[in-house]
Amino acid sequence: MARTLETPAPVRRFGQSAGRQHHAGPLTYVLLAVAAFVSLFPLYWNLVAASHTGERVVEAPAPLLPGKRLLDNLTFAWNQVDMGEALVNTTVVAGLVALSTVLFSTLAGFAFAKLPFRGRGVLLSLVVATMTIPPQLSVIPLYQIITDLGWFDQLQSVVLPSLVAAFGVFFMRQFLVEALPVELVEAARMDGAHSLRIIWHVVFPVARPAMAVLGMLVFVQAWNDFFWPFIALTPDGNPTLQVALAGLGAGNHSVNQAVVLTGALISTVPLLLVFAFLGKHIVGGITAGAVKS
Amino acid sequence: MATSVRAERDDSLPPAAPPSSPGSRRRRSSPGGLRSRLYRWDIKAIPYVFIAPFFLTFAAFGLFPLLYTGWLSLNRVELGGDPTWKGLENYTDLATSEFFWNALLNTFTIGVISTVPQLLMALGLAHLLNYRLRGRGFFRVAILAPYATSIAAATLVFAQLFNTDYGMINGLLDWIGIGPVDWESSKWPAQIAISVIVTWRWTGYNALIYLAAMQAVPQDLYEAASLDGASRWRQFISVTIPSIRPTILFTIIVSTIGATQLFGEPMLYGGSVGISGGSGNQFQTLSLLMYEKGWVTGALGQASAIAWVMLLLLLLIGGVQALVSRHNRKKLGG
Repeated sequence: MARTLETPAPVRRFGQSAGRQHHAGPLTYVLLAVAAFVSLFPLYWNLVAASHTGERVVEAPAPLLPGKRLLDNLTFAWNQVDMGEALVNTTVVAGLVALSTVLFSTLAGFAFAKLPFRGRGVLLSLVVATMTIPPQLSVIPLYQIITDLGWFDQLQSVVLPSLVAAFGVFFMRQFLVEALPVELVEAARMDGAHSLRIIWHVVFPVARPAMAVLGMLVFVQAWNDFFWPFIALTPDGNPTLQVALAGLGAGNHSVNQAVVLTGALISTVPLLLVFAFLGKHIVGGITAGAVKS
Repeated sequence: MATSVRAERDDSLPPAAPPSSPGSRRRRSSPGGLRSRLYRWDIKAIPYVFIAPFFLTFAAFGLFPLLYTGWLSLNRVELGGDPTWKGLENYTDLATSEFFWNALLNTFTIGVISTVPQLLMALGLAHLLNYRLRGRGFFRVAILAPYATSIAAATLVFAQLFNTDYGMINGLLDWIGIGPVDWESSKWPAQIAISVIVTWRWTGYNALIYLAAMQAVPQDLYEAASLDGASRWRQFISVTIPSIRPTILFTIIVSTIGATQLFGEPMLYGGSVGISGGSGNQFQTLSLLMYEKGWVTGALGQASAIAWVMLLLLLLIGGVQALVSRHNRKKLGG
């Protein structure tokens, strides 16, 4: 949630190798291998558990190697407990939230970075300040609002409050302050371009890499969001994956744990695939966005 | 820093016309006619148009609910009912409620045992990743992988690993010769298990943030330290850590905020008794208590009061942190 905020720190550019002085010794590799193992093992074990029967998962020496039930469990989770529908819902929600956050954040970030207007400093501090407000402070009235509007258990109740985020505005502002020369904007104005033209022909092209990174970060966050969706949606109605998982997990012992963990797998694998293919860019984006002053 | 100076200067040379009466504006814009009036409007209003979506969304879904929650906290409100004024009663009720103090203490202890090891390990990992490495892309992506996992998925997996009867962790402990640990109903083991989930998900993320800061530390600082005969450990303590202090402070703040809001991990870890934070409330956090008050008991006024206590706590923590960092800066400057 609030963790994807960013920090003030004097940092040049990610990936700059100047600061890396020493070659790593064997101990470094051992320690890093342990860390990588600890990071990856629960994900691997999720796959293992999802490929066994429910009885096997809760038997004493826990299974370490994949079984043969993966396809059966997937089919069951997909058809019987509707993880398929939850997957579609989550994709729609995360996609809409990412698109709109990127668009609105770029516009606002551009205004804060390059356009002179009254109250800019104060308003920017306000944007930053809102990042520390926990969602707990708004969920009770929000719940009342969406029930009054008849939006309970409807996806828009999750999408609308997330249309744009302070994090995104600040992120784009930080990027554009450095990446977009004022002269470029002024030259475009001299040529008689109005603001929307400038956005389209000057700002968007310059901002594209940051927009891509922000899009991925927001997508991951919206995909994994739990607290508010858990209140606004129900596992049996219109759940996102996280809400559906909460429904599966509740009541614990009577439930087929292999199916629960198959659901967890369904919710994790799409993002892991994204990470496997775009990992370098995401890593670069987190660090660049997170630490630029 | 340099950017904010420039930002202020931009404000002082705006091409936009100073505020003036409608009459004079019409006269001045007449040479260009409609086009130039539109242009001027474009220049003056467009920044506000661009930032409007954020502020409108925040007003509707952030600020208004925040204030309304504050008002609700001064009332008795049942789920679906009308509020009746109670003044500060909800708050005084909290002060005498053992559940509240229990939840507050749990939030604190789980927060500490998840945040401190998490950040220390992240520092260590970042230091290791900062060496010249083979396979550095793999290591980075691997330690970031838990960040791609949702609270729900991670908790469900760990709940199995930590299961007292058949979980792999007790299996491992048994193999080493340590008796089985009750990871569910014993207070500290349960809190540790929940902290492990939080730590697992966030360590890699913080490590990468530290790594980026470390890579910006000027090389000559290390060279000077080497010339003075400082060991690598000494360099880490005396050069790296002070140089990335703002980043460390930032991660402390963000982790603290996250820990204050902890909800999904304890709820899902507790399974059927998750909402009350375990059979004996042994890992009930403030967020869980708020949810239980609001949506199980239906006492929205009480729940709102808990939400506002969380805000006050965050303000307090933020204030302390600001004081500490100012104190540190002064010490360095003096």
